[in-house]
Amino acid sequence: MLDTLKGPIQALQDFFQLAGTAIRNLWRTPHYTDDILLQMDTIGVGSLPIVVMTGFFSGAVMALQMGRALGQYGQTGRTGQVVSIILVRELGPVLTAIVMAGRNSSGIASELGSMKVTEQIDAMRALGTDPIQKLVTPRMLATAIMLPCLTVIADFVGMFGGFIVGRYIYGIDTHEYWSSTWRALEWNDVVQGLMKPFIFSFVISLIGCYYGLRTTGGTQGVGRATTQAVVAASVIIFILTFFLTRIFVSVTPS
Amino acid sequence: MSTPEDLALRFEDVTMGFDDKPALENVSFELGKGETGIIVGTAGAGKTVLLKTAMGLLKTWSGKVFVFGQDITNLSEKELFDVRGKLGMLFQESALFDSLNIEQNVAYPLLNQNAVKCAPNEVRPRVQEALDFVELGQTLKRFPSELSGGMRRRAAIARAVVTKPPLLLYDSPTAGLDPITASTIMTLIIKERDLDNTSALVVTHRYQDGNLVANFRYNPEDGKLAGTKEAERKRTKFIVMKEGKLIFDGNQQELESQQDPYISKFVKKPN
Repeated sequence: MLDTLKGPIQALQDFFQLAGTAIRNLWRTPHYTDDILLQMDTIGVGSLPIVVMTGFFSGAVMALQMGRALGQYGQTGRTGQVVSIILVRELGPVLTAIVMAGRNSSGIASELGSMKVTEQIDAMRALGTDPIQKLVTPRMLATAIMLPCLTVIADFVGMFGGFIVGRYIYGIDTHEYWSSTWRALEWNDVVQGLMKPFIFSFVISLIGCYYGLRTTGGTQGVGRATTQAVVAASVIIFILTFFLTRIFVSVTPS
Repeated sequence: MSTPEDLALRFEDVTMGFDDKPALENVSFELGKGETGIIVGTAGAGKTVLLKTAMGLLKTWSGKVFVFGQDITNLSEKELFDVRGKLGMLFQESALFDSLNIEQNVAYPLLNQNAVKCAPNEVRPRVQEALDFVELGQTLKRFPSELSGGMRRRAAIARAVVTKPPLLLYDSPTAGLDPITASTIMTLIIKERDLDNTSALVVTHRYQDGNLVANFRYNPEDGKLAGTKEAERKRTKFIVMKEGKLIFDGNQQELESQQDPYISKFVKKPN
């Protein structure tokens, strides 16, 4: 029994050790500003098209479903309200994070994994650079800055997708849609909607880096690390969103 | 026995491994300053692990490693960065950074190694000098993926020697190369030894590489190798590894007189 648990506990310890070092490095020199900016471009700007597409269609499909359901009670006009609450509180952060995990956790794991199996990580250490400082911290910081921004964009584009469906399929008045959307949101929704992606960003970047840096076994190992990173990051995001929502629900007055 | 100050590298009863499996078992040897050690052994014998342990990239389970008299066994990663400034390493697959061009790769240790003090305006000339040394002076802006295997190996040698470290570690410098390119690489290793009087450890599968290092010197006049004098042969020692253990440590003559079938397989293997 203890032997079975040894592996996962060791992995957990290694992960938190990596996370701790990467966070501590934020206050340590040298700071690789160029790498941070490059990663913000790759991770953030590079993910924009896929995030916009996902956001738009998730908002649109939600409006399709909600418009019909609310129509049974004669409340089609409230579609915007429902879409905005669900998007900002839950679906925007989660869907954006899942898309980012698929694109970036895998990208980070395969890049670092390839560097590991071709001894570039060892070479980096041999040439006087801490790989965590040079590779992990910039990716973590870049994701932490860009994911909340991308989530805001996904939320807005989602509401716009909902508007297109509401306006042209259910005939909701433009002003009515946007004013109900706006009125539905409260400050704690916005806080919740930004806190979640900030926390998820660490999962996405650090899981990618963790699996990348522990890659062994050549190109096959790189493939394995990539898959493991995406699966682990996606599952952890779903589990975390449940607990985070639970915390937000319990601390906010109904 | 030499005093620690005379030694470039000293392993004292070193054991280390991965998970619960040892990769090096009670390995002890010394490498004097200006001496070249040729390490031979089958794949999985622990040769690469030995080099990485010498560089402090892998931690020992027990025993001690001294680099120029300094015990590096329990140093932190940050403290090791200073020690690594005295070492240059050629990795098995070159390990050039894919995302950087050759100039940036070779400049990397000059810009990132704290122990190396290099003024910004000196970086370019030193990179050019190192690339000229390996006869790749025209490839500064090319990326590693655009170079052949042999050229990559030469660029990696340039990166290893650009800081002029007194001890060089070469991991299988000729593996996977055709005989002509392999001989070019070995000439470069001998050239580096003779022009800068550096110490080196060379891991190889090919006995003739060791033979070349032991019996030839670099002639700067014609840029070719020439036979060496008897006294100079003592600068080369041979180490044989088998399943993580060091089973032979001595000069070429002693090596060739060994009766052990594992050792003689390396010595007499025609290639």
